[in-house]
Amino acid sequence: MGRAFLSLLRRDITLAMRRRTDVLTTLFFFVIVVSLFPFGVGSEQQILRQLGPGVVWVAALLASMLALERLFAADYEDGTLEQLLLTRHPLSLLVLAKVTAHWLLTGLPVVLIAPLIGMQYYLPETAIVAMMLALLVGTPVLSLVGAIGAALTLGLRGGGILLSLLILPLYVPVLVYGAGAVTAAFTTPAESQPYFYLLGAFLVLSLILAPLASAAALRISLE
Amino acid sequence: MLQVVDLACRRGDRRLFSALGFALDPGVLLHVRGRNGSGKTTLLRALCGLLLPEQGTIRWRGEDIRTLGDEYHGDLLYFGHLNGIKGDLTGIENLRIAATLDGDRIDTDDLWRALARMGLEGFEDLPTRMLSQGQKKRVALARLVLSSAPLWILDEPFTALDKDAVVLLQTLIANHVDAGGLAILTTHQEVPLTSGRIQRLDLGTGFDTEH
Amino acid sequence: MKVNWFKFAAPANFYPVAGWLVSVFAVLAAAAILIGLYWGFFETPSVLGGTNPQKEYYRIIFIHVPAAWMSMWLYLVLAGWCAIGLVFNTRLSYMMAAAVAPTGAIFTFLALWTGALWGRPSWGTYWDWDPRLTSELILFFLYLGYIALHSAIDDTRRADKAAALLAIVGLICVPVIFWSINCPDPTQCAALHQRSSLSQMESNILSSMLIMAFGFWMYSFAAAFARLRGIILEREADTAWVQELATKEARR
Repeated sequence: MGRAFLSLLRRDITLAMRRRTDVLTTLFFFVIVVSLFPFGVGSEQQILRQLGPGVVWVAALLASMLALERLFAADYEDGTLEQLLLTRHPLSLLVLAKVTAHWLLTGLPVVLIAPLIGMQYYLPETAIVAMMLALLVGTPVLSLVGAIGAALTLGLRGGGILLSLLILPLYVPVLVYGAGAVTAAFTTPAESQPYFYLLGAFLVLSLILAPLASAAALRISLE
Repeated sequence: MLQVVDLACRRGDRRLFSALGFALDPGVLLHVRGRNGSGKTTLLRALCGLLLPEQGTIRWRGEDIRTLGDEYHGDLLYFGHLNGIKGDLTGIENLRIAATLDGDRIDTDDLWRALARMGLEGFEDLPTRMLSQGQKKRVALARLVLSSAPLWILDEPFTALDKDAVVLLQTLIANHVDAGGLAILTTHQEVPLTSGRIQRLDLGTGFDTEH
Repeated sequence: MKVNWFKFAAPANFYPVAGWLVSVFAVLAAAAILIGLYWGFFETPSVLGGTNPQKEYYRIIFIHVPAAWMSMWLYLVLAGWCAIGLVFNTRLSYMMAAAVAPTGAIFTFLALWTGALWGRPSWGTYWDWDPRLTSELILFFLYLGYIALHSAIDDTRRADKAAALLAIVGLICVPVIFWSINCPDPTQCAALHQRSSLSQMESNILSSMLIMAFGFWMYSFAAAFARLRGIILEREADTAWVQELATKEARR
């Protein structure tokens, strides 16, 4: 079972490395969205500092959304998804492998580039550390929950827009506490602790439930 | 070994077939025939458990495939309309992943041998998107060489193959059935068997057996 | 008398029953809503009871609160039918779910709309990022998501199942979403909307609100069954009983 998980994970990463543009597109999208805000709201330090945490999180949601559309689509088109449904391994495990690969390729880069964005928004050092941590815990939740939507809208016309309509409302808690953690860390880092507990709880919950729901959704979509 | 009782399937608003029943023993090849749109692919997908039939049960070794779940999938090899191979991966990589997911422990030499058997010598290390349609299909069918699954369900496996490949595939299927395996396929090609039985199922008309 | 309830799980048997039910519930709904509105507008004090000084315009409460209740109840009903459909694979449950969803969305919209109208005189703004209002908005999106996914999929069976799964995922997320909106700071919860408790309310106000809620329930039944009849006919169009029905109607 572990071998199947690892080999699928490795496959998805190999595939992404052979088509690097897909990965880079998501990252650039994130950076561009975040960099556009100062043009709209002005570059005053105080305003940007206040907006920073929210903007980063909204951009992360959108970037994750953008990449999710392709999560199962390529496998669906060439028939490998059908084969994944017919292995002796639990489908939820294979879904988890795919989501893990997806997060490593789209979520992790966002976490790593966060300090740069933080500086653009004049965030204090403590807040930047909190932002990286919050993104590290929160973005996997986005990938996991988003996978359900990606599975449900598989192969539909206009699936991408529909996917956002279905999934974005479900992202609200992560957005609220993710941005909250960063804001709370402006003064004293310790104050953001409860936010991290909550984000952690969301991560555990979605790790358990989301692969099951995505697997069920895939079976429905491929019927 | 495989038993189908009172099966009914519909596609969209149209009922394709109903009250379909048959039982297959080891060493049998079931040849599903019928016009376009008569529900051949739907039947095969239902037999795989990909599609929930409107009515009826499918039993594998006496148990409902719904309760068997992944255990049944382990005994099954399905080959559908899509090849199920990744264009960006080489033949070897594709085959290795397929084998690992099927749960077979296979060393690299076996993979090379399987591709060589499919007549792909010299193409093993190319990304499969560079190959021709027929060659892609050969890569996908190399899974049959490695497979230890007792039940093969093949949907139109002969299309896009040249004469040599057709003969090769016929041999593979015949060997599988001879060894006590079960094969279900839709095709317009006859598959000569040295031993074992061929059963025919005509969707829309009926079921007959020939020794 | 012994009734075989499972008989009615078949659309063909349920269709005539639904037709009869629609008229019963429609009459009940009209009666309850008329009584509720009359009572609410003319028999209640002109000032909201207790410490709340709101005048006259508070009467929108008789539509606003029952609508908000219905929006949440109907989501539970929707998710319930979806769960039954997924577990027992009964077609009628999916049809029920699909029939309930638009009514739920309408009530959610009504609650938002009346909330805005009420907010204008009492808060001085049509929209406020009040936790309950925001939760209601998210609920509205969940309804829209269900309806959008259902209508985006051509194959009815896949549409039913996929939308059902979505409704259940939504149901699991709803408490977390509502809680996160209510308590953006985990150490304390916001409370812009006054905490209200039914027992502190003036009895006339309470009873007209309950009558309105009853009326809305009846309306929901009537609307859902009416829509269900349409769905049944559409989906069973190729069966013998629908064609018989069609010829009978034509002869009339």
